Amino acid sequence: MVTAAAREAISRPRPIDAASLAAWTIAAQVVDPEIPVLTIEDLGVLRSVRVTSDAVAVTLTPTYSGCPAMDAMRDDVLAVLASAGYENVSVRLVLSPAWTTDWMSEIGMNKLREYGIAAPTGHATVRGSGPAGPIRLKMAVKCPRCSSLNTRELAHFGSTSCKSLYECRDCLEPFDYFKVL
Amino acid sequence: MNEDTVSIDSAEADADDHGHVAVAVTTLDAELIEGTSNATPDIAEYALWLGDDALVLAQQLGAWISRAPELEEDVALGNVALDLIGHARSLLHYAGTATNRTEDDLAYWRTEPDFRSLHIVEQPNGDFAHTIARQFVVSHYVFELYSRLRASADQTLAAIAAKAVKEVDYHRDHATQWVLRLAQGTDESRRRMITALSDLWPYVDEIFRDEPLIDRLEGIAVRPSSLRPAFDAAIAPVFAEAEVELPSGFVASGGGRIGKHSEHLAFLLAEMQVLTRAHPGASW
Repeated sequence: MVTAAAREAISRPRPIDAASLAAWTIAAQVVDPEIPVLTIEDLGVLRSVRVTSDAVAVTLTPTYSGCPAMDAMRDDVLAVLASAGYENVSVRLVLSPAWTTDWMSEIGMNKLREYGIAAPTGHATVRGSGPAGPIRLKMAVKCPRCSSLNTRELAHFGSTSCKSLYECRDCLEPFDYFKVL
Repeated sequence: MNEDTVSIDSAEADADDHGHVAVAVTTLDAELIEGTSNATPDIAEYALWLGDDALVLAQQLGAWISRAPELEEDVALGNVALDLIGHARSLLHYAGTATNRTEDDLAYWRTEPDFRSLHIVEQPNGDFAHTIARQFVVSHYVFELYSRLRASADQTLAAIAAKAVKEVDYHRDHATQWVLRLAQGTDESRRRMITALSDLWPYVDEIFRDEPLIDRLEGIAVRPSSLRPAFDAAIAPVFAEAEVELPSGFVASGGGRIGKHSEHLAFLLAEMQVLTRAHPGASW
């Protein structure tokens, strides 16, 4: 078992030194352009912020390999740090370790539900699962409107890479589900 | 190349009072792995194998958007294509580090003898069943491949695979559900699914052929022939549930990995590359 604190340290590796932490706090305000209630910190997309004497280096990780929102997030990080007075800001994207919905914060999950998107249920993979590949767990998805568990998947793929389309069989509303990755 | 080239997109930004940002350097960003070096020529060739497969398949699937049998499939195939574009970008970017070329140089400025994609991905979309049959075969193969490539001694390939395998798992599931649904649907859908699988099957053999390159990349690449048992084991239960017999018959010549392609690829590339070639350097 991974403790909540340990998971939080992996999901949001905040810098220790005060200067970097200050810049992190500013970068952390950037939101996902497709789901504007979630910040890149909530998502676990913000991986590191390092302030040196003459530059700021930010690292992001993409949610999905081809997610076009990454370009917007990168531009927004550059913009928000530039308007806070930071100079020589660079943003790099890294693939490893691969992003997972396990990194989404509790606060983020709650904001997602309030926004009308069902949050990912369960965990994506067992750490160190070896060459057998990821283990996907199927759990009931709760309707974000009426909280019914009597829901069904209409389509694997939805309006963005990270979502699939569901339908509630009690309140009969369709809704997006942020699928486990 | 120095270490600075590892940072992909060190664009500097100036924001005006309205928050509009002018990005000084508009290099195409690519996803990179921190602290890794450039690909060797052999590793670059291998990255082209996998990157070209993803790129060609993505281009094919994009043609379905607005043409699929239902809206959900427009969305699904579009999303699968987008994931594949992401994989292709990472792999082609890495391949390009060996020869100082960008992912766009490789995607738009090579002709078909320089492409290393398999013949199965250049097979025409056909009807929906043909596209699903192709997705079924390729996503099962790629899933087995990326699952193992995560343990590659090459950090960049391992990281790309670890990222991509989770996405391909959804592609695999999607294609499997459709094979079952079409095979168990109406007489017409079943007839088309069986026809599509038997049309595609001659191109399956090439996927699992080892080329001399693989011998030089021990521990880095995944030996294609080693994937066949896992592929066969994964698809067998689907064929059983669909009550479809495994197709048999002739085996196509192949040759994609050494740049020998059918006529289909040239038309596909012509459409994919025409804009860049007509307006070099254009952006929008």
